[in-house]
Amino acid sequence: MRGARGRSPDSGDRHRAVIDGVSSPTVMTPASSSVRSSAHPVPGSVAAPHEPLLALDAFTVAFAARDRAVPVVHGIDLSLARGEALGIVGESGCGKSVTWLAALRLLGHGVVTSGRVLLAGRDLTTMSEREIARVRGGRIGLIFQDPTSSLNPVLTIGAQIGEALALHRGLRGEAARAEALRLLDRVGIADGRRRLRQYPHELSGGMNQRVMIAIALAGEPELLVADEPTTALDATIQAQILDLIRDIRRDSGMGLILISHDLGVVAELCDRIAVMYAGRIVETAPARRLLAAPRHPYTRGLMAALPTLEGPRVRLAPVPGTVPAPEAMPPGCAFAPRCVRATAICGTRVPELAPIDDRHEAACLALDQRGFRTTPADAPALAGAPA
Amino acid sequence: MSALLTVRDLSRHYAVPGTGGERCILHAVDGVSFSLAAGRTLGIVGESGCGKSTTAKLVLGLTPASGGEVLFDGLPVTATRDGRWRAMRRTMQMVHQDPLAALDRRLTVGEQVMEPLLIHRLARGKAARERALALFEAVGLREDHFARYPHELSGGQRQRVVLARALVLEPKLVVCDEPISALDVSVAAQVINLLHDLQIRFGMAYLFISHDLKVVRQIADEVAVMYLGRIVEQGPPEALFHTPAHPYTQALVSAVPSLGRHTRERIVLAGDPPNPVDRPAGCPFHPRCPRAVSRCRSEAPALRPTPDGRLAACHLVPAADSVSAAA
Repeated sequence: MRGARGRSPDSGDRHRAVIDGVSSPTVMTPASSSVRSSAHPVPGSVAAPHEPLLALDAFTVAFAARDRAVPVVHGIDLSLARGEALGIVGESGCGKSVTWLAALRLLGHGVVTSGRVLLAGRDLTTMSEREIARVRGGRIGLIFQDPTSSLNPVLTIGAQIGEALALHRGLRGEAARAEALRLLDRVGIADGRRRLRQYPHELSGGMNQRVMIAIALAGEPELLVADEPTTALDATIQAQILDLIRDIRRDSGMGLILISHDLGVVAELCDRIAVMYAGRIVETAPARRLLAAPRHPYTRGLMAALPTLEGPRVRLAPVPGTVPAPEAMPPGCAFAPRCVRATAICGTRVPELAPIDDRHEAACLALDQRGFRTTPADAPALAGAPA
Repeated sequence: MSALLTVRDLSRHYAVPGTGGERCILHAVDGVSFSLAAGRTLGIVGESGCGKSTTAKLVLGLTPASGGEVLFDGLPVTATRDGRWRAMRRTMQMVHQDPLAALDRRLTVGEQVMEPLLIHRLARGKAARERALALFEAVGLREDHFARYPHELSGGQRQRVVLARALVLEPKLVVCDEPISALDVSVAAQVINLLHDLQIRFGMAYLFISHDLKVVRQIADEVAVMYLGRIVEQGPPEALFHTPAHPYTQALVSAVPSLGRHTRERIVLAGDPPNPVDRPAGCPFHPRCPRAVSRCRSEAPALRPTPDGRLAACHLVPAADSVSAAA
């Protein structure tokens, strides 16, 4: 259970390096950690019935530069219930992919993390390499943006599905072949016998993404982490893959973390959405609530920047400027320099995620200041979008 | 007459080796016709391999056509790189998807915006710098960006540089091939607004190529939907996207993820688009079409006017003349 190869033995210490290769782990102080740590169960506690499937607890990520560590994810607190579908949206560089790659320890050397990643109570950050390797592809399936480069070009589809079946289910020979055929059928690939003998270059991009999903399903995961799974695909193929993921979730009750820059894709599949900006979650709410009544100025800006097919054609109203670079983060609220509602206070401290109403949270000092948090008069107006 | 750009029955075929090594013909663009008036925007949408980017190259004379013709300002565009082609290219510019690839990493962005003026001998020295700076202002870049290198700018700023470089020659036509696909949501929206503002200010026409229906709807006056090298439907964006006539357009529109998902019924097409080398007989869309009838398997539909004035290539869409005949 305890981390090998020089990891800090104290699993309660939230400021530690979990990846080797950084001589002196830079201690980061995520603004939220001290405030919120008490709300989470003690490590090693027995699995409770309401325990989330996955929980990030004050999770931070920093990239080691020559002489210092550049923090890119600043303290994420998030939990996913069993069978829940959570969408993570944000623009490039907001940390949406890095958070999950680091949580699954896929980023290798030169990355420093702190905080905990609890999969049904077990902390992934303190697992041995052997243990985490069994989790990846086993309890947690993964699919990425470009299926053709995620697959091994010199192995047949059958060999690659077989590898996952051998590793995570102990299936070999005829049993593995039968299961591989069943998986191909499950992901909607016809003529499975022939496909098993083919190589990734013989299949289209959409077909390869189906193969990736079949490999992810081979370990019978409780959670699928999908990082921009349809971004490289054509519109009609994207629709097929989104339908497939929805069907599989309906049949298996698998949880889903869907990382995407596309609010529309996330809205199609997810129960809840978390919006990230500059390494922090700035707003989270049930999907329909968030889309109907976004409260954080960044979420509003993101939605105002989206062209639509419906309704009248109106000029887009994007947020001015661009996302700040991780090494040049503005003080206080990272969004303040681009925010239309920013006031003097926004530059002074980092806003915490705070409830607006049931299950809807936003991190915005201007909202706090103007009393935009739930008031009895406010509630009926929002009732149109059920949580 | 008044059209700035007229494309007639344009085709581009490539000879490619087939699966058994035999010679096959790939019909990248197959009988495409359209026209674009000065100062207007024609959007071309379609999935990968539908021929939209090849159409762009043919329009600019970057690749020779196998058949048909392109007329720009009444003169034929050829792919012969002679003086006439270069003079014509001055008024036809192109903006690509990836601005970093389109820029020279060893030159400052200011030098790159001035370079077309030097090549076409339109201005030199201080005059060239002044014209380039005027374009910097127009696209929303600051004077201090002038001496920067492409890697020192953000993706949105780089695309602004590419636009400034395209516009410094005062073109009449700008061909934009997926100009915002590599940009983030808010930066993409900024560039869409910028393209719109620049068109109002400088009056050039856009041939706007994109896979993204929502972006095309935002910017285009007229939209053509391509499938396997042919235009299958063409019309004003509101009509085309709100009441698509062709079954392929219907599927494409319904495949767009919507923030209010309950409003539209999803049509999910089976399978992938067919290989353009091995194009199905009859209507190329019939193997994936949920409404195909036997005629679709044997006879390719022509692009004909529909009663509401747009064009559609589908046997199941009533043509304008058949309706008037019935009435």
